[in-house]
Amino acid sequence: MKKKILAVDDSRTMRDMLYYALSDAGFSVEVADDGQDGLEKLHDVQPNVIITDINMPRLDGFGFIEQVRKDAVHRTVPILVLTTESANSLKERARSVGATGWIVKPFDQTKLISAIERVVA
Amino acid sequence: MSNRDSIRDTFFQECEELLESLQEGLTAIDDDTADSETINSVFRAVHSIKGGAGAFGFDDLVSFAHEFETILDEIRNGRLDQPSSFADVLWKSADLLGDLVAAAAGGVAIETHRTSDLISKLVSLMPETSPNSNWEQEAEFQPLAFAFDDPLFSDTASEETTYKILFQPQDSMFENGNETAVLLRKLATLGEATIICDISQLPTFQILEPEKCYLSWMIELCSSASIEEIQDVFEFVEQDCDLKISSTQDALNDTSNAPEDPPPESNPPLQLINDNITQQHDVDGDELEQIPPTRAPAPARDASRANRSSDSKTAGAPATVRVDVERIDKLINLIGELVVNQAMLSQCHLDSELSADSDFVTGLDELKTLTRDVQDSVMAIRAQPVKSLFQRMARIVREASAATGKDVHLEISGELTEVDKTVLERLADPLTHMVRNAVDHGLETPEQRQISGKPTKGIIHLAAAHRSGRVVIDVSDDGAGINRARVLETAIRKNLISQNDNLSPEETDALLFLPGFSTVTEISNLSGRGVGMDVVRSAIRALGGRISINSEPGLGSTFSISLPLTLAVLDGMVVEVAQQKLVIPIAAIIETLLPNTNNFHSIGHQDVIFIRDTVIPVVDLGNILGFRPPLENLTKCVLILLESDLGVQFAVLVDAIHDQRQLVIKALEENYGEVAGAAAATILGDGRIALILDPNDRLFIGHRNAVTTDSRQIANG
Amino acid sequence: MQQATQTSQSNEPNFVAFRVADQEYCVDIMSVREIRGWTPVTTLPQAPDSVLGVINLRGSVVPILDFSVRLGLKSQNPTVDNVIIIVQVDSQTIGLLVDEVSEILSIEDDAIKPTPEVTYEGSEAFITGVITFDSRMIRLVDLSFIVLACPQPAPR
Repeated sequence: MKKKILAVDDSRTMRDMLYYALSDAGFSVEVADDGQDGLEKLHDVQPNVIITDINMPRLDGFGFIEQVRKDAVHRTVPILVLTTESANSLKERARSVGATGWIVKPFDQTKLISAIERVVA
Repeated sequence: MSNRDSIRDTFFQECEELLESLQEGLTAIDDDTADSETINSVFRAVHSIKGGAGAFGFDDLVSFAHEFETILDEIRNGRLDQPSSFADVLWKSADLLGDLVAAAAGGVAIETHRTSDLISKLVSLMPETSPNSNWEQEAEFQPLAFAFDDPLFSDTASEETTYKILFQPQDSMFENGNETAVLLRKLATLGEATIICDISQLPTFQILEPEKCYLSWMIELCSSASIEEIQDVFEFVEQDCDLKISSTQDALNDTSNAPEDPPPESNPPLQLINDNITQQHDVDGDELEQIPPTRAPAPARDASRANRSSDSKTAGAPATVRVDVERIDKLINLIGELVVNQAMLSQCHLDSELSADSDFVTGLDELKTLTRDVQDSVMAIRAQPVKSLFQRMARIVREASAATGKDVHLEISGELTEVDKTVLERLADPLTHMVRNAVDHGLETPEQRQISGKPTKGIIHLAAAHRSGRVVIDVSDDGAGINRARVLETAIRKNLISQNDNLSPEETDALLFLPGFSTVTEISNLSGRGVGMDVVRSAIRALGGRISINSEPGLGSTFSISLPLTLAVLDGMVVEVAQQKLVIPIAAIIETLLPNTNNFHSIGHQDVIFIRDTVIPVVDLGNILGFRPPLENLTKCVLILLESDLGVQFAVLVDAIHDQRQLVIKALEENYGEVAGAAAATILGDGRIALILDPNDRLFIGHRNAVTTDSRQIANG
Repeated sequence: MQQATQTSQSNEPNFVAFRVADQEYCVDIMSVREIRGWTPVTTLPQAPDSVLGVINLRGSVVPILDFSVRLGLKSQNPTVDNVIIIVQVDSQTIGLLVDEVSEILSIEDDAIKPTPEVTYEGSEAFITGVITFDSRMIRLVDLSFIVLACPQPAPR
């Protein structure tokens, strides 16, 4: 059974990248355009891991994570945050709302998979 | 197409959209109507461009986007007030960003001074109190810093070390979705691991809180991995656990009873015992001293090595499908064929004896309706809003106003009006020219405006709308209006008209479209030389469109472009001339007449006809097209009264009128070239080609100077 | 109408030979799209004499050139016996009206001799060489010169 990943990013380029890199690594990938879209797809997808961007329209990454953590089924699903900033404040805020880990952009496939392996077996 | 190429294409497509929303946001900032979400979206646009560019190693783009983004971040966080006061810098940055994207797409370099000049302007905007003000660009964002598999790292890995790891999760670790088992399993992939779980803190079941963590682990790992690699495993949890990593025999002895010792609260959660590691390095050699203490960000390498087909399910909005334009064009061509086939069937029916109420005829009628519906639906696929085109014009206005020193405000309306994609693309050049003209020639200088009691800021209005099956695009200015006296003077001086021609205001305005006409005595470097409104007109005509002028002295001018919704079909009247079938566009036909002898007159060699007291030149179509010698008797023919795009009326003589129908337009230029009197061709029901008459062709319009038009007075321009 | 013959070498066929006004010509087989019978054309206004008109070729408008007029010979009144060779030169597709297609040839490059000094007035420009065998002389036509008879495609 392939592990399912929900990738949430408002950039189509990023979504495409995540899609190809993760599919190639053997994951089943669903994408969402922003936090709102991600929440709407959450129950259909039932992901094993969520990867999300932070700065998005409608519902940003922080809000999205908060909502996911309030969801009984997904309160412990690993959530990795995509960020271009290595600034600790951002990671700290993501952590405080419930993010599991982070991936600093730009990423390559190795880095991406390595991060996922640290949150899901 | 490889995945990388496909993602690259996506990136550039997305950049276009992001640049559009950037422009939109900046317009709002400019107008002081931007709310926080608008500013956020502007920030996001630049941020996303930077993110994608980083992945592809477009370094110039990344570094400029970074500077731009930093300023936008300041605005977003409210540390930088009144962004409208430096909107010009933001606009220039947006323009440069667009140019850098184009440069990345096409590989053309941008002059470095442009980037550096703008960067210093951006830096000067930076508030001193900002945490960003020290401008730590290098430290914060390094797209291509170090290769992930740096030899320095791999060399250190050659020798196996025994690590001893103490790991005690705090409750918070699980709240964030981390899991001990996953971490331990990941750790075990680095080498040979012996994992001991300490359950000594586990309380009795009655007082056990299921969401608390009572366990800790001791791991002995024999691995060639560096200590950083081990640390990396715990990267996400370092603040949610107590972790000790040591690597020597001493440490092992030291920690043999560690699980019993609860870690002191005051200590930092992560403690790295690496004194002995340094000793070990001394033994290995000097080069190991150079190991950076922490790993640098990974390189911007292609994230895709997948080999799935590029048009398999990709990321995208839920209800849209991205399709190659070629596929749509192929579909449109096929439907064109279908329309021709349907016409052929109708023709067969007309030739047959079938009664009008037979099932065959009913079916045929349904087929006709269906064909038309399918055609409309497919055309709609190609339709795109004019928004992007209008936004591009915003830049033209900015550049033109800067070059002329005029203060200009651009108003846009109807930007959601949809037009065929090809029409839209081919409209860019003529519209650019019209907008430049409007700023350059249409608007007065601020001083002149002040004298005439107008606000110094001139207004250019771009409007689009659907009107009776066509798209109308207006470029208006609130300038002085066309100086008709000067237009006439110029036209006479250039021998375009004679001194005695009495032209109406409309006809005077239309002179602007004559080749080689230019009212500006000193050629401005903005509107360019040699490129006049005649070029604009031919570009619009090539799209099957018309252009007209409406100008009020002192109030301004409006140039209107009227375009067909699509380039592919046309409503036409099929006529016959000298055994050849021709099509006349319905749009050009005013009326059809059966002449009698009394109507016809001659002025010199020109036949004319009186219609409602107006003298209209008559064109013997068969003769002028070279199909037959001049007709002796004009009255046996049918007269069709036509009007050119510029309002010139003339009547053509044809032998017979067949019918009116919708026709698929076929280009003549593809395999041949321009044909006198015809703009394009079509295929009739019998499979033969018929030419589509161009009422604007010189062949017909040439006649206008041979006759005196009515004698309305020339308005004082 | 057409028969494959062997010439000095047995290679892939590379030329299509045809007959116009009792003379033989040939064109590169790679530029020939198809050979079809005569169909009535739609006359173009004010077109050069060599341009007979246009036909509908599966939805495309294709101009038909009278090859003999292009050679400077008299126009032939096309009949059902005439043949149209559809050729593609760069992106342009055009039809050549000829009397008949005689054969498909395989010709080595070194069998092509330079054009003799004495040729028909106005035609030397597009004859790039001649092939002689069995006391026949076949003129090799450079199609890029032929299409110049059409106005250049209008710039887009």
